[in-house]
Amino acid sequence: MLDVVVYFFLLGVFARLVRSDLRVPEALYETLAIYLLLAIGLKGGIELSRQPLAALAPQVLACMALGFAIPVVLFPLLRVLRLDSADAASVAAHYGSVSVVTFAVASATLAREGIAHESHAALWVAVMEAPGIVAGIVLARRAARGPARTNWRALAHDVLFGKSVLLLIGGLTIGAVAGAAGTAPIKAVFIDPFKGVLALFLLELGLVAGARLAEVRRFGAAVLVVGIGAPPLLALAGAGVGWALGLSTGGVALLATLSASASYIAAPTAMRIAVPEANAALSITAALGITFPFNLVIGIPLYIGLAQRITP
Amino acid sequence: MSLAKHTKTLLVIVAEAALEEFLVRDAGARGAQGWTIGEVQGARLGGLREGRWEADRTIELKLICDGAVADAIAEHVIATYAPHYAVALYFSDVKVLRPERY
Repeated sequence: MLDVVVYFFLLGVFARLVRSDLRVPEALYETLAIYLLLAIGLKGGIELSRQPLAALAPQVLACMALGFAIPVVLFPLLRVLRLDSADAASVAAHYGSVSVVTFAVASATLAREGIAHESHAALWVAVMEAPGIVAGIVLARRAARGPARTNWRALAHDVLFGKSVLLLIGGLTIGAVAGAAGTAPIKAVFIDPFKGVLALFLLELGLVAGARLAEVRRFGAAVLVVGIGAPPLLALAGAGVGWALGLSTGGVALLATLSASASYIAAPTAMRIAVPEANAALSITAALGITFPFNLVIGIPLYIGLAQRITP
Repeated sequence: MSLAKHTKTLLVIVAEAALEEFLVRDAGARGAQGWTIGEVQGARLGGLREGRWEADRTIELKLICDGAVADAIAEHVIATYAPHYAVALYFSDVKVLRPERY
């Protein structure tokens, strides 16, 4: 059975398809995004306060390496699908980076099904956001063979201090420093209503994803092959890394989900500036129009099943 | 006695929000002394920019300056950004009261 929040996403898609006048106000969308990022970070941070940070180093390094490796592996496959090098690098970067909301839905599903997972998993999200984007830019630059035009300093600033990484790391730090006791007074705002807020955010994402669906026809079969084909393949890679790290069943499922997810906020913004010759609509249509709904409805249950098979 | 008015050029640049920082920087470097920015939505044939979420926003940058400065900015924008980004720009004459501010 689908998690209840996924129905809100489907409602958003439906509203868009029937051309409803439903619109989530911009300011509310911004507020919900800030709330979700902070809440995910805080939750992970509280757990971080209970364990030695040094023990997490192998996980952090493995997650970063995985994020970097995904575009490198995807790039030649995308070229086989006849995407030009800029488009292939851009799409690859979107899949190398991660979707925080897909992660949140997977966590909610695990919690509902009573499958334990590493509660500090938000840390993985935070460290997996940037490496894929960097790899995508490197791939685009190598393929272009032109003079290096990338302003890495500005890009590093935008990615590391951009809203998502800043709020995730900020929340993780606040949670780790304050601990369970320190965060108890704000629990009623940041922890308890989380799922309701996630549902509301998914309604908005449904509206946006519904709008992208119309674009699928424009790009033809290639975008469908990427949007549906890439996530299960990448999930296998993520599950393999999770298994090698000795993660719990839930942890393997979450890492598989993160690997299978594609960024539709940080990556589009960064790639638009770093690789302007790439067709932004193609990447966003694959990431948000196809992969995001696929992961929500089919992927997450699939990855949880996979994790249950390969973990003791 | 009627108010003394001076003619300046209003350059309006409608562009993807991703370019905001660059447009402001480049306009300043070419002599623009001030600007106004607003978020807009719109469409042109083959490309709808509804601004429904953050990676899909459009801005309208308004600059009032001397005609030569407006030309230099527009020339730079067309050469640098127009090949790969959604950019539209137009000029008009406007009357201002304190010309030294522009």
